[in-house]
Amino acid sequence: MMSKEEKASLLSVYRHLPQTNCGECGAPSCMVFASKLLNREATLEDCSPLMKPKYKEQMARLTEMLAPPVKEVIIGVGENAVKIGGKEVMYRHELTYHNPTAIAIDISDTMEDKKIVDRCNAVESFILVRIGERLKLNMIALRCKSKDPDRFAFVASLIEKSCKLPLILCSFDPNILKVALEKKEIADKRPLLYAATEDNWREMVNLSKHYDCPLTVFAPNNITLLKSMTRTLKATGIHDMVIDLGTYTEGKLLKENINNLVMVRRAAILRRDQDLGYPIMCIPATVWVGEKLDPVTTSYREAYVASLFIDRYSDLLVMHTMDIWSLIPVLTLRQNIYTDPRKPVSVESGLRTIGSPDEESPLLLTTNFALTYYTVINDMESSGIDCYLLVVDTEGLAVEVSVAGGQFTSANVKDLFSSVGIEEKVRHHKLIIPGLAARLKGDIEDATNWEVLVGPRDSSQIKSYLAKNWTAR
Amino acid sequence: MEEKETKILAKNLIELVEKFGDIEIENVEIRADELTLILQPITSSLEQAPHLVSRVIEKEIETLLVAEFSPPIEVYPGEIAEVQIGATKSDGGSRRKVVKIGGAKSMPFYSFEATDQNKPVLAVDVFDMPIKLAKSVKQHFKDVMEDPAEWAKKYVEDFDAEIVSLNLISTDPLIKDTSVKDAAKTVEQVLQAVDVPLIIGGSGNKAKDPLVLEAAAEVSSGERCILNSANADNDYKKIVKAAKQYGHSVIAFTPMDINNQKKLNRYLLDEGLPKEQIIMDPTTAALGYGLDYTLSLMERIKLAGLLGDSDLQMPIVAPTSNAWGAREAWMKSEEWGPRELRGPLWETITTITVMMSGGDLFMSSHPATLRVVKKMMQNLYGEVESEQRTQDWISEIQG
Repeated sequence: MMSKEEKASLLSVYRHLPQTNCGECGAPSCMVFASKLLNREATLEDCSPLMKPKYKEQMARLTEMLAPPVKEVIIGVGENAVKIGGKEVMYRHELTYHNPTAIAIDISDTMEDKKIVDRCNAVESFILVRIGERLKLNMIALRCKSKDPDRFAFVASLIEKSCKLPLILCSFDPNILKVALEKKEIADKRPLLYAATEDNWREMVNLSKHYDCPLTVFAPNNITLLKSMTRTLKATGIHDMVIDLGTYTEGKLLKENINNLVMVRRAAILRRDQDLGYPIMCIPATVWVGEKLDPVTTSYREAYVASLFIDRYSDLLVMHTMDIWSLIPVLTLRQNIYTDPRKPVSVESGLRTIGSPDEESPLLLTTNFALTYYTVINDMESSGIDCYLLVVDTEGLAVEVSVAGGQFTSANVKDLFSSVGIEEKVRHHKLIIPGLAARLKGDIEDATNWEVLVGPRDSSQIKSYLAKNWTAR
Repeated sequence: MEEKETKILAKNLIELVEKFGDIEIENVEIRADELTLILQPITSSLEQAPHLVSRVIEKEIETLLVAEFSPPIEVYPGEIAEVQIGATKSDGGSRRKVVKIGGAKSMPFYSFEATDQNKPVLAVDVFDMPIKLAKSVKQHFKDVMEDPAEWAKKYVEDFDAEIVSLNLISTDPLIKDTSVKDAAKTVEQVLQAVDVPLIIGGSGNKAKDPLVLEAAAEVSSGERCILNSANADNDYKKIVKAAKQYGHSVIAFTPMDINNQKKLNRYLLDEGLPKEQIIMDPTTAALGYGLDYTLSLMERIKLAGLLGDSDLQMPIVAPTSNAWGAREAWMKSEEWGPRELRGPLWETITTITVMMSGGDLFMSSHPATLRVVKKMMQNLYGEVESEQRTQDWISEIQG
């Protein structure tokens, strides 16, 4: 079903702006501001005239026009609230993917209280720092395995007391969720209710409305049923929904699952099918269903299943593993996929000082590919050495690639030497190049008349390399 | 439905509401698209009695509204060329079977709109001299690393490898400067040791690679190997000539740039090499080290080909064993957990992601990656029945 709404275009957005070209938003004209709005580089709130009452109607119109085809849903409250969805494109190169896939870790209400508290703390304090960003786990999914409403409600409170992360309350029995929601401290945190099904949706709708909580709509492997349900729920006045098409991790059903995810997202974005314009939830934790599972292979499996779902439009995942080796690649993939492809991949070339180097200090070299650069600089700074780092312009390519592709050459190095005035900084005429650029040693020596030392292949080895090999004389 | 009719219906409904307060439409199925049409005029025309409207909307729904869904299928004007790797006796070679890649008519694994595409394939990395490998890979091959033929054999026999990618790195003048003749001999030995198709790679030395690949092409004449690689910096004409003369395909390598890839492909096409003998290598970065650029690059290339850009309609090769360059894959670290697990998982996830973004042929190295990715492809192609019985993960997850 096509939406009757006006599709946002540069002109249609411009038409509803005040057209005063006042510049208060920082853009030189309303037309430029319109293009920033479309690129998500500005928000309507940046336009102060638009906030005036006389523009109320235009504001409403623009809000509607600029709403992403996949609704943005907020779970939880306050600074730990998690925003999911808000997607606008099928491929990240078309714009960028907004709102990284949230990751919830499951807790069963049959676990011992102490274990529950420990697990909460472990989830909340989990931090992985990569390229200057703190990667975290985002939520707790509480599963009602006990079938006991009071136990479930008790554990929900226990989690609420132990950590600040938003909750997903999981049970297909509305009466169980109800007892938990009757506790004010739980309902006030606006947990995600999981889940409305073909059978229980009336009761779930009542809970979702009464307690003003977002609701997951669960229709395993059935898009038509899913559409029926979201359409019905929307008609009853529910707006914050998350959709779950079931999670199948192997065999033909995995194929259908992946196809379903693509079809749902494509229908939402390209057909503007409003019934399907909601964030998608997948449960990699299902790999832990079964008898006598080997914990290592299952953890491994959960990580690549989770990755597959991140690759295919999942906005929210529930995972079970807390194995660090299994979570690191998943969080790294999420970081990769959700970086803005419009941002430059390179840093400025030039000379950096690490610590307080003098004219006897080592001189190292790396490329201006942002990832290489940040990794190298992090390693050097954390190792507490004093030295110089030359950042050569390889058009934003990594060492190995730019050596092969001819962006990293002795001529680049020579030019960089003169532009930073290297002769005035160090006296020793020795340059350490990355191990992966070893084959440029001769060329650079010929071009600069400096002695070239081949450093380690990975910057984590720089400290020990210098300790063993460096002498200015 | 005509707009006029809608208004009449809406009016009737309003009158009903005014008359009876709440109306019960239990067990009456309203087609959902009718409902939206009815309700919208009411909400806009009934500002005087919004409370009534909300009662109508929210109370009447006792059964699910009906919805229909048809798959959002797109038809692309272009398609990706099919490349055959290897030749059996009947084609003039000596391989047990051939492997075909490419032929896509849609984006990867969109089987709701295009079936019958070739599955991506995993090749394995073998080198003509012992090299530095991550410990978790090395442990499987340390006894065969002196002999590339044995190394290849182990991959094929023990780990079911479908293609061997032989890298003649010792030919690099800065490494061992192995002669062109000796390199060709290595190729012959590997061809004799295994009966799967072969990718033959040079050392990356731009002066020597064309010579090495030319000689390799000659000794493997008729086997439909893949020569790795032609690029803008080496004598690609020589490589193309050898490929044409001896019946091989060529990898066109460019560092991370769609326009350069297109240009290089054009050069090869202009030399008379057909699309069916070209595979693109637009650069594969490791998870965490630029995989996002690779992902978007491959999606853009694949889309461009499907939309009809005939310079980009070749299958894509991805050396996903580059994942081992990531420190998370090999570095010893308490904090990160055992590297024996981290390493293969890093390669597995790199490979899966590249597979979902458009890679057709991978070069990987860890047996776990081979096993997992192969199985996943079979699943994604619907070749395996599912055993999964339940969706009640809430109560059935262990622990």
